[in-house]
Amino acid sequence: MNTHTLSVLVENKPGVLARVSALFSRRGFNIESLAVGPTEYPHMSRITVVVTVEELVLEQLTKQLNKLIEVLKIVELDPSAVRRELILVKVRAEPEQRGQVLEIVQLFTAKAVDVTNDAITIEATGSPEKLDALLKLLEPFGIRELVQSGLVAIGRGSRSISDRALRPERPKPMRAV
Amino acid sequence: MAERAAAEEFTGAQSLVKSLEQVGADTVFGIPGGAILPAYDPLYDSASVRHILVRHEQGAGHAAEGYAMVTGKVGVCMATSGPGATNLVTPIADAHMDSVPMVAITGQVAGPSIGTDAFQEADIRGITMPITKHNFLVTRPEDIPEAIASAFHIAGTGRPGPVLVDITKDALQARSSFTWPRQLNLPGYRPVTKPHGKQVREAAKLISESSRPVLYVGGGVSKARAAAELKELAELTGIPVVTTLMALGVFPDSHPQNMGMPGMHGTVPAVGALQRADLLIALGTRFDDRVTGQLSTFAPLAKVIHADIDPAEISKNRLADVPIVGDCKEVIAELTSLLRASDALPDVTEWARYLHDLKRRYPTGFDFPEDARLLSPQHVIKRIGELTGPDAYYAAGVGQHQMWAAHYLPFEIPGRWLNSGGLGTMGYCVPAAMGAKVGRPDSIVWGIDGDGCFQMTNQELVTCALEGIPVKIAVINNQSLGMVRQWQTLFYEGRYSNTDLKTNRIPDFPKLAEAMGCVGLRAEDPEDVDSVIEKALSINDVPVVVEFVVHKDAMVWPMVAAGSSNDAIKYARDMAPNWEEEIL
Repeated sequence: MNTHTLSVLVENKPGVLARVSALFSRRGFNIESLAVGPTEYPHMSRITVVVTVEELVLEQLTKQLNKLIEVLKIVELDPSAVRRELILVKVRAEPEQRGQVLEIVQLFTAKAVDVTNDAITIEATGSPEKLDALLKLLEPFGIRELVQSGLVAIGRGSRSISDRALRPERPKPMRAV
Repeated sequence: MAERAAAEEFTGAQSLVKSLEQVGADTVFGIPGGAILPAYDPLYDSASVRHILVRHEQGAGHAAEGYAMVTGKVGVCMATSGPGATNLVTPIADAHMDSVPMVAITGQVAGPSIGTDAFQEADIRGITMPITKHNFLVTRPEDIPEAIASAFHIAGTGRPGPVLVDITKDALQARSSFTWPRQLNLPGYRPVTKPHGKQVREAAKLISESSRPVLYVGGGVSKARAAAELKELAELTGIPVVTTLMALGVFPDSHPQNMGMPGMHGTVPAVGALQRADLLIALGTRFDDRVTGQLSTFAPLAKVIHADIDPAEISKNRLADVPIVGDCKEVIAELTSLLRASDALPDVTEWARYLHDLKRRYPTGFDFPEDARLLSPQHVIKRIGELTGPDAYYAAGVGQHQMWAAHYLPFEIPGRWLNSGGLGTMGYCVPAAMGAKVGRPDSIVWGIDGDGCFQMTNQELVTCALEGIPVKIAVINNQSLGMVRQWQTLFYEGRYSNTDLKTNRIPDFPKLAEAMGCVGLRAEDPEDVDSVIEKALSINDVPVVVEFVVHKDAMVWPMVAAGSSNDAIKYARDMAPNWEEEIL
């Protein structure tokens, strides 16, 4: 089984996220991460899904997603794509540990966004691997709260996956019933 | 500014009815209620849309399915919010499983009340998301025409299916201009109908190289209206044909190349053909578990060509060697012309001879009950078919009578058979027969129902009686939930837990029929079977219900036990073909 990152372009309509997530649960596909947000076009949203499945399951999953009327396009990003997550983590840091924690923050080009007497809140972005490494180093100090975004990803190079999805459709002939 | 003055305003309800007229919907099955009430006012005046007032929303849904199955048009049902809408869930799920084009229109509570647990509020869009091809929630009157146009387009094209349009009460009441969309804005909906040339050539090559090919034909061929193309392909190549439960009639039963229905209750030659084939040419079929049995042992020697209009069906259950996405009518026609042009037709003589021999040695038949005073359900169904002929439409419920109908009715013409194959909905028969009769008023429509099924939806006979829809319903009364009872006989040591319906004069079916404005008849003696059927056939102005009191121990054979390999097919209790002795 391999991990796959899918970018799913969808029409920006109410209920579309429910359709996508319901499809995953109904067909028994496990999602590792799901992130949704707007794109450069107001009528289009982009869902980034990470799944670890066999090739055949991935094919079936893609076909089922494609059947959703509001799904415009699905692209599997190749491993070289830029993949990022965001975490916000509250770490215990009495004044005597503060320096050590801030050193780690610097090493990972993260940011301390809030500091109190006994805690530091850190904002960090990066690949899932980098963030895992950061958390491992922070763990000994005591992680009091952690919040993590889903993964977002974009292919390298100058091409855009949304161009083609946007081409005006040929008019559909109305079918007499 | 003259243009603006000319833009006439309509209520959302008027726009809805105008939209239905615009798409050519001529029949709506439904029941009014609070939230949908505004729509019923302009509907009252429509000259081209006939509304048929049913007695339960489930009946409306199955009737819309029946209507769609016989006309090929999109069936329409309508209900109010909350319970009205949830009562449509079963027929919507049924239409989804069997790919029946249907549009369900429901009223919804007013926009501002959504989410407040208002009276008769149910999130029917959320509820039906997994069982519709698509659904809409419309909250503005100006959006109604496009939603209706899109719904009919989606329901009726590609792989057909149900689409639900939920419209809030305030959208039905508010006013807006009416604009019929000149083109639909569905950028994510692009059904592929034209098969890829390379794939078809690849398929033709596999066919030429095969020596034991089988045409495994499903309901998609019927939906694609490709019976003529199929016949041409089959006769050109001589390849044996099996037709699934959903495809009965798409290839004539009487055709020497037809091996019958495959699957759990399939014929021995059909099951044997699939199990021993070296190539399956699967057309518009989805390798349902009721056909394949234990998947890992299904057609173990065969390569697979799989053509379907829905790409997600291909390689879903069984990996296809040659996938073809496209409309079966085009796929089959292209295959035929390729094979005709090449002179590389497979030699199937030996294979056909073997299967014909199998057909001769293992005919699908039944034993009459030992007590000669009892009626055989199989005989009853067979006689209905023989006395009525293949030109009638036949709807069935779900269970033993459905399987016997599949085996013993005369399926010679495509599209004459209606049943609930995928969902297995008991109660489908009466309302589906009603819808079929509305769609084909000049044809005979028989419903072959069981006593269990009949008691779930028989109230629609009131609708039939009052609306002038003279269907004929045969109630095959074995006083039990026969199919479940059969499983209890075979797998639960005959412990008949809750399958005895005790349907012996309670209800009294002919009296019940009379009470609903129908003619009620009964046959209890084998001698009466023919005369009662003939009597039913002679009545064409009111619905007829015929109760056949049959013996309860009849079983459906052949049978492959659930989860078993198709090789373990039994053609009668403890009687299995000895495949070891079968030499190819």
